Amino acid sequence: MTDAMISVENVTKTFTLHNQGSTVIPVMEGASLAVAPGECVALVGASGAGKSTLMRMIYGNYLAASGRILVGGTDVATAEPREILALRRAVLGYVSQFLRVVPRVPTLDVVAEPLLSVGLPREEAQERARTLLTRLNIPERLWGLSPTTFSGGEQQRVNIARGFARQYPALLLDEPTASLDAVNREEVLQLIEEAKARGAAIVGIFHDQPARDRVCDREVDVTGFTPARVA
Amino acid sequence: MKDMIEDRAGATDRPLLTVEGLAKYYGGRIGCEEVSFDLYPGEVMGIVGESGSGKTTLLNCLAGHLAPDTGRVLFDRAGQMVDTVTMSEPERRMLGRTDWAFVHQHAHEGLRMNVSAGGNVGERLMGLGARHYGDIRAKAEDWLGRVEIAADRMDDRPKAFSGGMRQRLQIARNLVTGPRLVFMDEPTGGLDVSVQARLLDLLRGLVREMGLSAIIVTHDLAVVRLLADRLMVMKSGHVVETGLTDQVLDDPQHAYTQLLVSSVLQV
Repeated sequence: MTDAMISVENVTKTFTLHNQGSTVIPVMEGASLAVAPGECVALVGASGAGKSTLMRMIYGNYLAASGRILVGGTDVATAEPREILALRRAVLGYVSQFLRVVPRVPTLDVVAEPLLSVGLPREEAQERARTLLTRLNIPERLWGLSPTTFSGGEQQRVNIARGFARQYPALLLDEPTASLDAVNREEVLQLIEEAKARGAAIVGIFHDQPARDRVCDREVDVTGFTPARVA
Repeated sequence: MKDMIEDRAGATDRPLLTVEGLAKYYGGRIGCEEVSFDLYPGEVMGIVGESGSGKTTLLNCLAGHLAPDTGRVLFDRAGQMVDTVTMSEPERRMLGRTDWAFVHQHAHEGLRMNVSAGGNVGERLMGLGARHYGDIRAKAEDWLGRVEIAADRMDDRPKAFSGGMRQRLQIARNLVTGPRLVFMDEPTGGLDVSVQARLLDLLRGLVREMGLSAIIVTHDLAVVRLLADRLMVMKSGHVVETGLTDQVLDDPQHAYTQLLVSSVLQV
């Protein structure tokens, strides 16, 4: 599949715990998948099977031991830090399960930051941030406050707003509908559908089965990439 | 928006700073050894390691405060890579007043404590030939505002300032002349955490808006996670691991980095 936006080819991952008897833990072997523009692929498999590990490798957060991970033509497995940062600014978005921000930065700026980092004027960036925060039902009186003190569900929605601020051609979603009520879950699913409609290639982890059935085109079971355990 | 992305990418084609085989010895002891890296425009690099790992020695060698025993520190000046180790002292001082800036851990080392806040900022401008009092004062006031120091404190001396204010004043003094590369030695060290957060936010904004490159030495992994694009981990004078900041912190490869990351207390 040559027209894939995200392409994982024969990727291996091991963790070596140098300070715990140099234990080597093989966690992934022969991982391969391809995602075309406009397609959403769900990673499935039991807890601990390596869904998040694979997603983190695609984002460049975990280092692949071997294989290729092509995102928009950049091989994340071997790219220089600045190439990965350029990729994250322009091409590859990631909605993680947890919000990590500089304390005391107002929510509106947290959401607008991905836009400011590519040089969008402040007013325009904040306008987009306001639109998303409104859609995700974050009350306006909270926009000037840091999200660090928000509830879990509110933080998750701020995180989603931030992840969708830019219209990335490739997107990674780690449980985007977890801890959301029905109304907000519907908004997030619509955001995902809109992203697909404009051609974004998406890899997602959804424990929410009905959500997965609705937005994902197919499933990849990462259990198939689990190395045979050495007994 | 697309054009802007390409502009940024285009601007990072050539390194701003190239370091080759840098070493500094203290008698028979290694200060730092075999250090080589490239820093690109707009990049922020963190150097982490425990006390005595050689990170401050390295920073001082890079900034020209210490003469390295071997190696080259090449800096881009109008498209020409010039070796700042072998250049003349006056040239290096000129660089320190124009393209380079240095933020010390202890603000009093980077400030003139008996000169007013406005004078501290204005002095760097005057060092570059600014003479018009009104212009200098206006620019100083603008910069004090950017680092959140009220205009009515402009004529106070830094002695009357809190630790956090002094550090912000030091940053204003350093950035007023529009440097391209800033060296920072534990810029948030010694400040209480609420002041640290404010300073981090300020530094992040300035780095982004001015397109600054920076090298930040710190032992605080939380600081580099928020400020640095990439990391260099040092142990016993050697670089043991480099990479994208979040990758090094979340998936450290070297035994020492694993120890460093796992030793951080969770709050």
